[in-house]
Amino acid sequence: MKNFIIIFLLFSYTLNLFSAEEALKPEQYNFSFSKPLGKINKNSAQRGLQVFIEVCASCHGLKHVAYRSLEELGYNKDQVNSIAAQFQIDDLPNEEGEILKRKAIYSDYFVEPYKNLNEAKTANNGAYPPDLSLMVKARKDGANYVRSLLLGYNEPPSGFDVGEGYYNKYMAGNVIAMPQPLYGDDVEFSDGTKATLEQEVNDLVTFLTWTSMPDLENRRAAGIKVIFFLLVMTILFYISYRKIWSELKT
Amino acid sequence: MANLNKKNKGVIDWIDYRLPIVSFLKHSAVDYPTPKNLNYWWNFGSLAGFFLLVQIITGIILSMHYTAHVDHAFDSIEHIMRNVNHGWLIRYIHMNGASFFFIVVYIHIFRGLYYGSYKAPRELLWWLGILILLLMMATAFMGYVLPWGQMSFWGATVITNLFSAIPFIGESITQWLWGGYSVDNPTLSRFYTLHFLLPFLIVGVVILHIVALHTHGSNNPLGIDKKGPQDTIPFHPFYTIKDLFGLSFVLTIFFTVVFFAPDYLGHPDNYVPADPLKTPAHIVPEWYFLPFYAILRAIPDKLGGVIAMFSAIFVLFLLPWLDTSKVRSATFRPIYKKLFWIFVLDALILGWVGSKPAEGIYIIISRLATLYYFVHFLILLPLLGKFEKNRPLPESIGKPVLAE
Ligand code: HEC
Ligand code: HEM
Repeated sequence: MKNFIIIFLLFSYTLNLFSAEEALKPEQYNFSFSKPLGKINKNSAQRGLQVFIEVCASCHGLKHVAYRSLEELGYNKDQVNSIAAQFQIDDLPNEEGEILKRKAIYSDYFVEPYKNLNEAKTANNGAYPPDLSLMVKARKDGANYVRSLLLGYNEPPSGFDVGEGYYNKYMAGNVIAMPQPLYGDDVEFSDGTKATLEQEVNDLVTFLTWTSMPDLENRRAAGIKVIFFLLVMTILFYISYRKIWSELKT
Repeated sequence: MANLNKKNKGVIDWIDYRLPIVSFLKHSAVDYPTPKNLNYWWNFGSLAGFFLLVQIITGIILSMHYTAHVDHAFDSIEHIMRNVNHGWLIRYIHMNGASFFFIVVYIHIFRGLYYGSYKAPRELLWWLGILILLLMMATAFMGYVLPWGQMSFWGATVITNLFSAIPFIGESITQWLWGGYSVDNPTLSRFYTLHFLLPFLIVGVVILHIVALHTHGSNNPLGIDKKGPQDTIPFHPFYTIKDLFGLSFVLTIFFTVVFFAPDYLGHPDNYVPADPLKTPAHIVPEWYFLPFYAILRAIPDKLGGVIAMFSAIFVLFLLPWLDTSKVRSATFRPIYKKLFWIFVLDALILGWVGSKPAEGIYIIISRLATLYYFVHFLILLPLLGKFEKNRPLPESIGKPVLAE
């Protein structure tokens, strides 16, 4: 048994040591959802959506997210429709076979900023802005990473050549092709919150965490019930096990 | 006819008289005489069976919504995660179920190593088990390709490329596996077919595994044969309840991972869609392949690495003859007991270096650990059986104390 515990500890240690990245480890921040039972702060996510639409959406897509799912952030159907209406989307071919634009609606998915990859690359010096729907899951310690990245623009150390890019100590290789997108006061929040740089970034990361894990709140809520049930069941089985086996000994 | 009718006490008896499935189940899962001294390490066989079922059930549901095409696979997974009712749950269970299946099966195998369960008359039982492990590995490898993320694509590329190390025909074999000149749509589509098929083959081999098991019955912690009814108890209720308790306990851990850390065992790069033009910084396989990956990379020569990796599993087939000791259980083999734990440590070290880049000190560690892996099986075990003095064996399972 002692051996087993040692082995188990070693094993979990092994799993912890997965990949070693060269870039600076992201700064740890306590988001509303950071704790195992934490939730997505809806007001913060709504402000994050505003930052995304007004700043990031010109370069980044959110192609796995449907406008309708924004209802989960506390909007009603009309509000969702007016959010969608800010975007223009290709309509189905009309009777003459032309493809015209129409306003996006409730059931559409977030409209892509570029027609295709090559257009995206041409507009961004050869780098393409990745889709942000899954960004928080697609990086190690994703929420803290995106936050650190957006706050982490600096002057490069002397002698460091950034080429066409920008210096960012959290990016692998320390050079990123994206110009610093946020400086503070980039948007005016409708709920009166002051749009400092850190506020904007925290709200944005809250929003992007929701786009990556729309299941997060349901999952955690269901998890508590399931684990509670399983614990009770385990105890009951243990008691029955002891009872049945005690008959054997006599 | 009259005689026959008298026997029919109910529908069940009517059926059983014609097709004895009920008495078969009664014989093999209710009355089945089981050694009375099995410890918790004997829970892992039924746990493995449970996780196989979980994979099949969740897999079938996933396959109703999944699209095996390079342009749609990644998006169809996101469709499952976002739009299918409880799709996130089904997928997270399938993803983590694969990991838990391997955890449980690895423990099951190490149990066999410790208690000498591979020795006569259980050699074929052991062989069938290793066959299951091989099929599981193939299944999991191809399953990991299906979401068509960066690790899916690059993992598949690295592993299929191994076949090109075979002299003369390697290139052709690799292209035949791909169905083209690189990992592409034909590869994805055949991997999906095989990923769907292999688990059902596993079910078949599991059935044979259990037939072989029930022929001579379970081994036990003392490793001695049972002498008579005083050494055994019926499987039901004694081991059914113990297995249920174990299952419930493991499920608590499993669902804690599924609900609170579902991506912990995965790699973030697999949430980036596959891009054949962009190689990830580190290509690492799923954790359960890491020890074998380490052995592969420990050998400087590609073909040599492939041979070493496959030998690492093949050597297990020879184990019943490499271990020359007549005593099964490590409990009575003082030196083997130590070697066993050193071997466990060696396997963990291999897993750890497998996750590291193949450079500097890691290469040296992986070579030493690989060397020890084979020394354990090919040199230490054959010699040990000749020199080791075992502790006296108890007379019977029922009276283990007599020996002391
Ligand atoms: C001018 C276009 C542009 C705007 C506006 C923009 N980005 Fe980017 N973004 C890019 C480009 C180009 C890249 C690719 C960078 C690279 O690969 O070096 C990128 C990459 C990223 C990455 C991935 C970094 C990584 O680890 O690979 C994140 C996260 C990101 N952007 C977030 C944002 C957010 C959040 C906003 C809005 C506040 C935003 N971007 C606004 C162009 C833009
Ligand atoms: C031996 C049992 C099985 C194992 C070990 C296994 C393993 C895996 C793994 C590791 C993945 C990748 C998960 C991910 O990263 O997303 C996967 C995906 C998948 N599997 Fe299985 N699987 C098994 C049985 C099955 C069966 C029986 C089916 C169908 C009948 C199935 C259907 C699928 C599908 C459709 C996917 C793609 C969805 C996804 O990636 O989440 N699996 N499997």
